[in-house]
Amino acid sequence: MSPLTRKLLRDLWRIKGQAIAIGAVIAVGVLMLVMMTGLVASLEETRRAYYERYRLADVFAPVTRAPGHRAEDLGRLPGVAAVETRITGAALIDLGRDRLPIQARAVSLPDLRAPRLNAIHLTDGRMLQGGRNDEVVVLNSFARAVGLHPGDRLTATMNGFRRELRIVGLAQAPEFLYTTPPGELVPDDARFAVLWLNQSALEAVFDMEGAFNEALLSLTRDARRAEVIAAADRLLDRHGGLGAYPLHDLGSNRFISEEINGLKTSTAIVPPVFLAVAAFLLHIVISRMVQAEREQIGLLKAFGYTDWEVGGHYFRMILTIATGGALAGCVLGIVAGRAMVDLYLYFYKFPFLVFRLDPSSFLTGFVVSILSASAGGALVLRRVFALTPAVAMRPPAPPDYSRSGRFRGLAARFLDQPTRMVLRRLTRQPLRMAGAVVGIASGIALSAAMASILDSFDEMMDLTFGVMDRSDMSVTFTQPIEARSVLDLAAIDGVIEVEPVRMVPAILRHGRDSYRGAIHGLRAEPRLYRAVDKAQRPLYLRGDGITLSRGLANELGVRAGQVLTLEVREGRRPRVDIPVIAVAETLLGSPAYMELDALNRALKEPLRVSGAYLRVDPARADRIHARLKDMPMVAGVSLKAQARASLARVMDQGAGGTRYVMALIAAVITFGVIYNAARVAQAERARDLASLRVLGFTRAEVAYVLLGELAVVTLLALPLGGLMGWGLSFVISRGYSTDIYQIPPLFSAESYGWAMLVVLLAALVSGALVKRDIDRADLVAALKTRE
Amino acid sequence: MGNAFTTRDLRKVYGEGPAAVHALRGVDLEIPEGEIVVLLGPSGSGKSTLLNILGGLDRATDGQVFFRDSELSAMSDAELTRYRRDHVGFVFQFYNLMPSLTAQENVELVTEIARNPLSPEEALALVGLEARADHFPAQLSGGEQQRVAIARAVAKQPDVLFCDEPTGALDSVTGRAVLHVLRDVNRKLGATVMIVTHAAAQAAIAHRVIRFADGAVQSVTVNETPASPEEIEW
Ligand SMILES: Nc1ncnc2c1ncn2[C@@H]1O[C@H](COP(=O)(O)OP(=O)(O)O)[C@@H](O)[C@H]1O
Ligand SMILES: [Mg+2]
Repeated sequence: MSPLTRKLLRDLWRIKGQAIAIGAVIAVGVLMLVMMTGLVASLEETRRAYYERYRLADVFAPVTRAPGHRAEDLGRLPGVAAVETRITGAALIDLGRDRLPIQARAVSLPDLRAPRLNAIHLTDGRMLQGGRNDEVVVLNSFARAVGLHPGDRLTATMNGFRRELRIVGLAQAPEFLYTTPPGELVPDDARFAVLWLNQSALEAVFDMEGAFNEALLSLTRDARRAEVIAAADRLLDRHGGLGAYPLHDLGSNRFISEEINGLKTSTAIVPPVFLAVAAFLLHIVISRMVQAEREQIGLLKAFGYTDWEVGGHYFRMILTIATGGALAGCVLGIVAGRAMVDLYLYFYKFPFLVFRLDPSSFLTGFVVSILSASAGGALVLRRVFALTPAVAMRPPAPPDYSRSGRFRGLAARFLDQPTRMVLRRLTRQPLRMAGAVVGIASGIALSAAMASILDSFDEMMDLTFGVMDRSDMSVTFTQPIEARSVLDLAAIDGVIEVEPVRMVPAILRHGRDSYRGAIHGLRAEPRLYRAVDKAQRPLYLRGDGITLSRGLANELGVRAGQVLTLEVREGRRPRVDIPVIAVAETLLGSPAYMELDALNRALKEPLRVSGAYLRVDPARADRIHARLKDMPMVAGVSLKAQARASLARVMDQGAGGTRYVMALIAAVITFGVIYNAARVAQAERARDLASLRVLGFTRAEVAYVLLGELAVVTLLALPLGGLMGWGLSFVISRGYSTDIYQIPPLFSAESYGWAMLVVLLAALVSGALVKRDIDRADLVAALKTRE
Repeated sequence: MGNAFTTRDLRKVYGEGPAAVHALRGVDLEIPEGEIVVLLGPSGSGKSTLLNILGGLDRATDGQVFFRDSELSAMSDAELTRYRRDHVGFVFQFYNLMPSLTAQENVELVTEIARNPLSPEEALALVGLEARADHFPAQLSGGEQQRVAIARAVAKQPDVLFCDEPTGALDSVTGRAVLHVLRDVNRKLGATVMIVTHAAAQAAIAHRVIRFADGAVQSVTVNETPASPEEIEW
């Protein structure tokens, strides 16, 4: 082994604490990169495989009632590979025992054969027997959530018929990975069910003998999807086509895509932050080492080592730390990825999981960590090159403090010597001090931004469930009914306030952009469910246009004053052009609002409502539930508290859940940066401090010289870090926002206070650790080694 | 034998303007190969500056310096590095050992890149330190550290050996031992040895004594019968 390699190893051993800390930061960055890209790759691959294996359709074409032979016409369309037709409809499940009725979707399966498209995966029990009209297969996740098993019975009301059904099996299906109750935005296993019944059973219930109300199409590889959809719409139009839509608009698929996108965003943000921090720390540590080893560098050069040989020595140190970190990160990334397989299976509800490690992520991890470490090191190499060999010949020169002020007059009288040492050092090397300030400020910024993101999630909940929706529950009717009927609801004992709503499914188009959603028809001045502006003031809904949520306006690229096309997907399915009159602030979903009467006029269905928001006396909530359950017009009831809870659950799992980990990591990084700053300052001054001790200064005085510096740097970093954190929270909040919910950037004084408290605590702990070392320092050794 | 070094009107100025320090003010010298040369002069007279330039550690501001037939003052940085690597050994006043390497490893640092080195054991034996090969600098006394530094400098069998105040930090016994080693190196390896000192008594061991004052050569004395280190007064 060459002596330079030995020196490298011994030096690494000497700074092992710092080397491990930096390596660990790199390792965590690479770990996240490997694990998260692996997760994204696995999810995408699993989704693809799942969809393929269970023949999920490429196009869904709902229709009011089409004769069965239309299926052959659809099959003849160019680009269509296979067609399946089925019957689906709304169902209401009664679980008895004072429980709220649960909304469900009934879906038909062919009696005597496997479905050509949209097959299901049986997890428990058996499949339906042909011709048995009282058998049902239930969505596995729902059954688990409410405690149903094969052999149990349940009562379902479909199209006004009450049916006693026997559960023969539980199943999963790729089209129902996530199930969202109608009128809500957030999936909830326990509050929405899917029931698979024999086609013959549903034909009878929904009056669909020889007919279907949903066609499923799979496409050939070279098919043009938009053209197939247009052709299908033309074919089905006279049977009440409700608008064919592609797989990527399917609710469940959209939700998974959002999850995957959220993970991708985190993957793009989190690992780079770690690697940047690591590069910064490496730069500080190695440049400090080069500074301390000036004479050794000069000496090597004097012996005839070239600049590159000497620079290479320090560079190898950087590479060793970076490679070690990257290697550990890759290994841990694989281990962590493997360990998470079961978790994914459970959380993402796939029947199987194709675990994929993206091999390019190893390469990316390695290359990126080595590049970023090298960036930190490159600046140092310049210093190595600039050193002349003659420095080795000179006796160690005292650092030049001549430009740092002399403290005359008043200052001289009030500043004791140790304080002067602190101030001189701060002013003598302003760049180095600025570096330390920026480093600590970055730590504060990261912590503060992450802390305020946690608040942003709460803010999103409060705006949605406190300011906008002030009801206690919402009721959905089986079909649009006369507005007067809501009076029946108001008459229930304990209902304080009722507000009608008309929800209409529609496609909104503007230019090339379109969005499938629903329009909320509300009173002009709603009290329970409101649209609000930026200042959270309720918007008055004028009758001459439509109000869009900010997210929807952005997606369609429209501003107030522009005109949209509205294609209603219900009843007479009118198509109307309508001006946008205002943009509302919402953080959940992408709703559109219209004044109720204006909406009904556009639909040519005056005085109709499809549901109502209720404010109730909480003490009488149970009796109200019971009454609602008995009303035939009520299709479903959802409690705001439950909706809120399911949103909280969704945000805590999946991509949103990483916010806690990120916040923790931010705190750890902050601590690392501060601790490193303290260690560097200590190492740079070990000799001075030992000399002071020899001169008779007490330990406390010596510690003051060092820690005073740390204190000043930390205090300077606090305001800067706050400012940087504010900027950072815009980036991070965008990263956490999804199609389903938006996370607003917030400036919450409290979280900034917390972040600063964390920083001060980190500074105190680091200070204490360093002071302990100063107290223990071997004076003779410190003076003998030249640093 | 020819000259190891020739200098012509060598000048060195540190800094600029009114703050400029003229460390060398026109030095003309001829130093034959194979001699022990002692450079004498008061502190601040420019001895180290001259040594650094001859050793290829630093560059002159003006004038020429030749090693044998090659002009050092015309060399690129890479050529100077090559020159130091192939021909020159250094011993410093403050030893300048690598604290993280043992005595033997400090020597290997040089043998590693030399063309025709002694083995590290031989080099350490030359200074009588073979028993301390595995000690770190912090475990050696000042004199021992300086002898390691000499072993390190001679291990590559240099053509010239530069010693800047090699005994400055040593007592008389260890100082004499160090001088002894330097004389052996001159005799056994035939190296030209240049020793900077401000202790006039040490000049007695030299073949040639150059007196230096205020950045210029005052006198050059040739000594036909150099004394042995044991004879000199400390
Ligand atoms: N790097 C430097 N910058 C400025 N002045 C220097 C430097 N090195 C040496 N000097 C000055 O050059 C003069 C000669 O220095 P030096 O050669 O070290 O003297 P000596 O070795 O004879 O004691 C001194 O006045 C010294 O202050
Ligand atoms: Mg000198």
